[in-house]
Amino acid sequence: MIEAEGLTKIYGNQVVAIEDVTFRVERGQIVGFLGPNGAGKTTTMRILTGYMPPTRGRARIAGYDTVLQSLEARRHIGYLPETVPLYPEMSVRAYLNFMAEIRGLSNRKAAVERAMALTGLEDRADVLIGKLSKGYRQRVGLAQAILHNPDVLILDEPTIGLDPRQVREIRDLIQELGKTHTILLSTHILAEVQQICDRVLIIHRGRIRADMTLGEALRSRRPDRIFLRVEGGDRQVPEILSALPGVRRVERLEPGVYEIEVANNAREDPSPAIAEAVMRQGWRLLELRPVGLTLEDLFLQVTAQD
Amino acid sequence: MRNLWAIARRELGAYFVSPIAYLVGAAFLAMMGFFFYTDVIFTVLSRSEPTMRYIFGVMTTILLFVAPVLTMRLLAEEQRLGTLELLLTAPVRDWEVVLGKYLAALVFYLGLLIATGAYPLLLFWMGGNPDIGPILSGYLGMFLFGAALLSIGLFSSSLSQNQVVAAVVGIGLVILLAVASLPADGITNPTLQQILNHIDLRNHLMNFRRGLIDTSDVVYYLSVIAAFLFLTVQILNSRRWR
Repeated sequence: MIEAEGLTKIYGNQVVAIEDVTFRVERGQIVGFLGPNGAGKTTTMRILTGYMPPTRGRARIAGYDTVLQSLEARRHIGYLPETVPLYPEMSVRAYLNFMAEIRGLSNRKAAVERAMALTGLEDRADVLIGKLSKGYRQRVGLAQAILHNPDVLILDEPTIGLDPRQVREIRDLIQELGKTHTILLSTHILAEVQQICDRVLIIHRGRIRADMTLGEALRSRRPDRIFLRVEGGDRQVPEILSALPGVRRVERLEPGVYEIEVANNAREDPSPAIAEAVMRQGWRLLELRPVGLTLEDLFLQVTAQD
Repeated sequence: MRNLWAIARRELGAYFVSPIAYLVGAAFLAMMGFFFYTDVIFTVLSRSEPTMRYIFGVMTTILLFVAPVLTMRLLAEEQRLGTLELLLTAPVRDWEVVLGKYLAALVFYLGLLIATGAYPLLLFWMGGNPDIGPILSGYLGMFLFGAALLSIGLFSSSLSQNQVVAAVVGIGLVILLAVASLPADGITNPTLQQILNHIDLRNHLMNFRRGLIDTSDVVYYLSVIAAFLFLTVQILNSRRWR
């Protein structure tokens, strides 16, 4: 659905915004597009939406080249830019109707009603956009993006500046839309990606540094901390477990609850050895799980290198 | 084409909810009314023929300030709000956006012009019996002159996100082009003198006021409009290579 091949954008002959960005997003995937500020996320999105052409490389949306078949490609895209593009003096309905018109939709009224229903805007239909709260404006922006039921949705930080309840609502909505649309979603909120995305794409200094499914992203890394709950053993537990290979330190958080720090040079995950040791001692194993295995670690690791 | 109408209609709607358009429109008509009144008094006292020549002259000057204010919002505000990105990523061509906005400004201006049509009607009603030819050709001239100013104003609006900057640049450009022939008399190079006389926006109004419709004047205004609309499209396009 989205194909980027060797996209490079150089501003004013010298500033390289993105370099050789290549990735594909298949139909029905929700992809989280991550990267520090200024890494090239917005530039990439603007190229995909046909706002500007790449200096080198090419991009295709639903099979249409974004430069050579720009208008056709645009018909298959819904785009929510970072600054939600709204006309404050128009009502929600008038605005969506206008967007439906310039998108050349044949059944405008139905499309507008459907988009408002999906984004929960029916009761605000005739309110002026300038009078809406930030959360509602965000929804209007999203309604505009899904108006023509596009194959591809490109969303630039859709939950920024919303309160926790609104964030939840917008996320649920994106997840719902993800069942039928292909979504590229840029965000700084890693928990959001972990919650709703199938895949992550991390861009840093204009280059793609990671492109993997969420499962891979989390599995690819060995846990550096392990959470353990046992019954029995008590004071003996740290002593015995810290002698195991791959364990650096065992911290007793409270009676029966421990956090185990994995040694940097450990060759494999010490969890099986820990479980075995607990059994051997005749203690009862209640819980054993990796902690700190988050996207945040991956993100920091990937973006720390140059 | 359909996109063009959609954009023009939305823009025209925006004119009617924006206080600035009402304010500028009201100020324009108030000033015109004042000058018309003084002109009528003068005509009656001096027992001269009633004409619209003086009114057209005043209107020419006022428009230099009014037209760029009418267009300042068109693209500047769209850039500030980020909605330009929306229009330029919708299946709409750049020239449709520019032409749609221009058309809206033109319709609003035409409305103002029609409102001043009350003055010649008053002249007739008062039994003045003015010559109708110069009035009609004068209006055509005012329409073309204003249309040229609006295209320059739209161009200025594409240069900045700030409406005030757009208006100031627009007024500057417009005045520059309206007084271009002033230094012509002191210039010895005949080619340069001719060029300055030709590009002067107000010079091409002379014939219209006398009741003459000269194709070269019409062509002049149409070329100014085409040139500035073209430049505006190029400015929007410049995002592609900047």
